[in-house]
Amino acid sequence: MSVLVGKDTRLIVQGLGREGAFHAGRMREYGTQVVGATKPGKGGTTQDAIALFDTVAQAVAATGANATIIFVPPSGAADAILEALDSSLPLVVAITENIAVHEMLRVASLLEKGRSVLIGPNCPGLISPGAAKVGIMPAENFSAGPVGFVSRSGTLTYEIADLLTQAGLGQTTCIGIGGDPIIGLPTPDAVRYLNEDPATEVIVIVGEIGGSSEERAAEYMRAYGKKPAVAFIAGRSAPPGKRMGHAGAIVSGNSGTAQSKVAAFEAAGIRVANAPSEIPGLVKKALAGR
Amino acid sequence: MKLHEFQAKQVLARAGIAVPEGRVATTAAEAEAAATELGLPVVVKAQVHVGGRGKAGGVKLAKTAAEAGGHARAILGMDIKGFTVEKVYVERAAKIAQELYLGVTIDRDRRRPVVMLSTVGGMDIEEVASTAPEKIARSWPDPLLGLPAFAARALCFAAGVPAAQRDAVALVAQQLHAVFMQSDAMTIEINPLFIQEDGSVVAGDAKLEIDDNALFRQPELAKWKEIGPGEQQEEAAKALGFSYVQLDGDVGIIGNGAGLVMSTLDAVQNAGGTAANFLDVGGGAKEEVVKAALEIVLANPKVKSVFINIFGGITRGDEVAKGILAVFAQTKPKVPLVIRLAGTEAAAGRALLEGAPLVSRTTMDDAAAEAVRLANPADAATPGRPS
Repeated sequence: MSVLVGKDTRLIVQGLGREGAFHAGRMREYGTQVVGATKPGKGGTTQDAIALFDTVAQAVAATGANATIIFVPPSGAADAILEALDSSLPLVVAITENIAVHEMLRVASLLEKGRSVLIGPNCPGLISPGAAKVGIMPAENFSAGPVGFVSRSGTLTYEIADLLTQAGLGQTTCIGIGGDPIIGLPTPDAVRYLNEDPATEVIVIVGEIGGSSEERAAEYMRAYGKKPAVAFIAGRSAPPGKRMGHAGAIVSGNSGTAQSKVAAFEAAGIRVANAPSEIPGLVKKALAGR
Repeated sequence: MKLHEFQAKQVLARAGIAVPEGRVATTAAEAEAAATELGLPVVVKAQVHVGGRGKAGGVKLAKTAAEAGGHARAILGMDIKGFTVEKVYVERAAKIAQELYLGVTIDRDRRRPVVMLSTVGGMDIEEVASTAPEKIARSWPDPLLGLPAFAARALCFAAGVPAAQRDAVALVAQQLHAVFMQSDAMTIEINPLFIQEDGSVVAGDAKLEIDDNALFRQPELAKWKEIGPGEQQEEAAKALGFSYVQLDGDVGIIGNGAGLVMSTLDAVQNAGGTAANFLDVGGGAKEEVVKAALEIVLANPKVKSVFINIFGGITRGDEVAKGILAVFAQTKPKVPLVIRLAGTEAAAGRALLEGAPLVSRTTMDDAAAEAVRLANPADAATPGRPS
């Protein structure tokens, strides 16, 4: 079992450039059904045996796609998201980094009004190990099992997935939600999917400094949590006012500090790891203590 | 990207918001002439990209043109929190009856703009926000609709704006919100927004910060970009495609991915050390980028050891190794290097680095402990010291 992506995912790719084409190949190798791609002006042709369409609407009509992954460069990426939302695709995954925040404000407003789920932007995507991968993560670090995993980071997600896999702890679905200030599926919403998933036995929440989505996720789990969770916050040592790579990772005033997030998790009975290496041990304890 | 007050006021004026008449001056003589031209009294204000200039003595009232020149002479060249004042703005002084606060920023949790209005204006709005948040009225307009008149009016009622100025302030709120949306602003503020003795409403100060990711479509505003002190290396890094933030410690850090690099900084702190910088080479960094990254870190005189932490995904371990070897081929670094390579092509990378003058560790925690130990040779010489 898994959430959001699985064997029935039928994926199109928006932006089949160098990165998009490379990862379309990798996703197909993994077993994801890549049913088409959009490339305006190239509709009716194929690239790497993937059928090309001029518009998302045409691609959806012809292929029955239910998900899209976006590799379009920043200046056109928000438009690509809007096009996907216009076709009411249930799942939209935006890998692109450096999208203007005002574009994302408009997208977020549309998301409130529709039923599509957006993952990202500025994210590695998501993977349900053994079933489907809609993202750019190196698949070999992931394995199937009972751990649901949500993370704001990219590489750190691979690192922690690898630690879990090495410890024999496979995953239901890993959702890389992205490091921007305005994202489609903030931590509490991603946690809700995993909390409601019967196959997920324990949730790992990897957050970063900045914003208060971890606090809200902790509050959600305190009220509605059906299973144990383990958390980690990156950026504990970061000074206030400095943006740590991710646009969203900045402590401003008293808001967004690691201390606040750790306190919120602990108040919700969620153990917080001091380092990624502690996560597998805490997950095992959480599973044993159910 | 931050704008100076005089630039932000030009933007506000274009949107129809009343601002006092003013002139930019770079010398005392120019300031004196501007004061004569504008009419007295005037305010002479430092133009720097940092808050707190008033408390630092960078804002002075002048009753005569000679006094304006004197203030300009004192303020020009002044150091305010590391920023040297190169320009002053000479502005006709407002006749102040009341000070309000008006601002628009982004509420991350609600994923909407938030418009804030308060009758407690002036220098300490941050203090008000934390101690008496109820004194700031807020509205969260849908970005697809803008700030409707009724919502602007409701803000004025909630904040307790005097009835005589209600319509004028509501209009300024709508205008300011429109500027916020049109200019891809992260934050826009008028603090204080003056109600003058004659009842008119005028912007006393203006702060405007633009989203760097939107500068490509804000060419007029992008022309005003300035690189501040301590930002040169960060800008150079950006040009090469990676992200660099200078910090105060002595362990140089290079990694791939913002979250992993933050965790690497934390690991150094857990091991009892302090990081000299944050450096994320980004995804898929090639040899040249790794080389440039290492050079930037080694150029910091505070750095006593360097910790390179790569978990290969798109980034390949062999490319990272080649970048390090390219630096070694030119100069031998004066400080020890510790590397931890995992993920894509890590084994190939480690093989390439065989025999190179650096320490290799397999886990992030071990590598961090080693980098901290090496940064502190006096302690390292003490046998049995726990690390």
